[in-house]
Amino acid sequence: MTSRKSVLVLGGSSDIGRAAARAFAKAGYDVALAGRDVAALEPDAADLRARYNIEASTRTFDVLDTASFDGFVAGLPALPDVVISIVGLLGVQQDAESDLAHATTIMRSNYEGPALILGLFAEKFLARGSGTIVGVSSVAGDRGRASNYVYGSAKAGFSAFLSGLRARTSRGGVHVVTVKPGFVRTRMTEGLKLIGPLTVEAPVVGDAILNAVEKKIDVIYVSGKWRLVMFIIKTLPEALFKKLKF
Amino acid sequence: MTSVSGWGRFPVVDSEVLRPRSFGAVDAAVVAGSVARGNGRAYGDAAIGAARTIAMTGFDRIRSFDPATGRIRLEAGVLLSDLIDTFGPQGFLPFVVPGTRFVSVGGAIAADVHGKNHHGEGGFGRYVDSILLRTGAGETIEVSREQNSDAFFATVGGMGLTGVILDAAMRLRRVETGWIRERVVSASDLDAAMRALEAGNSATYSVAWIDCAARGRDLGRSLIYLGEHARADELAERADRFPVGKKPGLTVPVDLPSMTLNRYSIRAFNELYYRMGARRAGADHVVSLYPYFFPLDSINEWNRIYGRRGFLQHQCVIPEAGAREVLGEILERVAKRGDASFLAVLKKLGYGDGLLSFPQPGYTLALDFPVKGDILNFLEEIDRIVVAAGGRLYLAKDARQSRATFEAGYPALSRFKAIRRSLDPACNIRSKLSQRLFDEVKP
Repeated sequence: MTSRKSVLVLGGSSDIGRAAARAFAKAGYDVALAGRDVAALEPDAADLRARYNIEASTRTFDVLDTASFDGFVAGLPALPDVVISIVGLLGVQQDAESDLAHATTIMRSNYEGPALILGLFAEKFLARGSGTIVGVSSVAGDRGRASNYVYGSAKAGFSAFLSGLRARTSRGGVHVVTVKPGFVRTRMTEGLKLIGPLTVEAPVVGDAILNAVEKKIDVIYVSGKWRLVMFIIKTLPEALFKKLKF
Repeated sequence: MTSVSGWGRFPVVDSEVLRPRSFGAVDAAVVAGSVARGNGRAYGDAAIGAARTIAMTGFDRIRSFDPATGRIRLEAGVLLSDLIDTFGPQGFLPFVVPGTRFVSVGGAIAADVHGKNHHGEGGFGRYVDSILLRTGAGETIEVSREQNSDAFFATVGGMGLTGVILDAAMRLRRVETGWIRERVVSASDLDAAMRALEAGNSATYSVAWIDCAARGRDLGRSLIYLGEHARADELAERADRFPVGKKPGLTVPVDLPSMTLNRYSIRAFNELYYRMGARRAGADHVVSLYPYFFPLDSINEWNRIYGRRGFLQHQCVIPEAGAREVLGEILERVAKRGDASFLAVLKKLGYGDGLLSFPQPGYTLALDFPVKGDILNFLEEIDRIVVAAGGRLYLAKDARQSRATFEAGYPALSRFKAIRRSLDPACNIRSKLSQRLFDEVKP
């Protein structure tokens, strides 16, 4: 019916999800917001319709319920042009060190669920011969740190998955974007001490995702400063790294 | 507990800061001594809770918009900058904007902010049709001119003290372009400035920038900026219908040392500003709405110019009768001191709508002062002149006026208090400002 492009945002009620949805809607995309609490997504869908005169819908999606994924994809009225996974859970590292259930939830929320659902979309996109997949990973996946390695290792797995997926799908007309936002002022980071000059607001991430999709960029560190910071962190020798407290 | 301050960074006080994500969470957040905070652009202590501050900028959704009428319903945390950027290109702007676009709709209602069109078109509240209010008693009620009208007129200009503004329905202005046809008039002294503002009464927008370092014969010399919304056929062919609102390009990186602002730098700046403006005087020209309405927004964190200890803005309104003498007296004292703002702002106001709305017919003068030395005593002297003239001070800018000054300036206070008591018998909604100026409950 419509010739407009469409985007599906998994984790649509998160701050980055809302920001990404706004950026795409502003650029003229129709938007589907997916999340666990579909009623909570409705005001955001209404916001997008009122602002940008596009179509916005909501869908139920639970990243831990992998058994539902096939049905979720099959139940979409149409295959979107772009799918973005913003799902993630920071969790509490100290708890995850002794509480296996908590550690499992962090690992599954940041790696298993996002990788499986995006993998499903990759197959559909390859069959169609077009599509863009965006995974929001983290700079925390670039090297495991004492303070958050449960979260970081899951994000590392997710980053590796996206990288491999990109290598495989690029010849099939399907583009994969890896987003490493660094510190973002969101609900997830509320109460954490963030370093001011390295911290961005969610709308900056939303705009960066749109830009990466439209310009077909593979990996983005939202703030260029992070590329340098993570380069340094990645190249520190292990003997030195293990003595650092951060 | 977090250290919180307003835009002027004085005073800095401790308050618990909560960031609710749903209206249900707002309910839970309101306990004794809470007040809502928008984007923190009130200068003093208006948006700091006596015990707890409820940050509202997460509520930034548009609920509905009717492009046929310009009617919009939106959450209280939407910033005017967001409204302008989203609906400007669609041909709609807020009817009233203050000197910064980085204020929330909830804050703009609570302070009943005025713009350069107050003399003709009134304040922000005039274009608000209804407000969803979460009272201190725990009820969520719709207030409008027809429904709970007492609560409506106490909420417009009520500094957030009738409850938490959750969302609002209002009207936007239809515009053909995002450009302003501006005319600059130079005035060599205060008499000329007031005459020019009087003559500009029929202009949609008018404001005067006063050189507050000028004394003697030059006292009150100023540039008057008159403005009208430019029609599409008045734009040069190459211009876009709607200009892009750039993010602030410059950031003041650190607190400037207090010696940066002294009588010499201020005098030199004012001299330069006046001369450059006077050269543009006369013919009309078309400028983007952004520099016209929001000249200071182009510099991020400009409040740092006044140094670590912050600054105070003194904004008063003086009734028309006798305004010339009173303004002359104030400007003379300020010029003699030599450490006031780079520029002072003078403009005409009309009637206010809310019970505690700042505007009343007359002239408003706004001055910035760095916090240092005997400034508090000096401003109390100025307050006495304002009170004697039947004037009042703007609560959104205030951090220091006395109860006596406030009570003298706001005769509707007792009525406001009665309405507030009916909405919030236990007086749960309290800010540092209300504690300072009129709360009867002890902290």
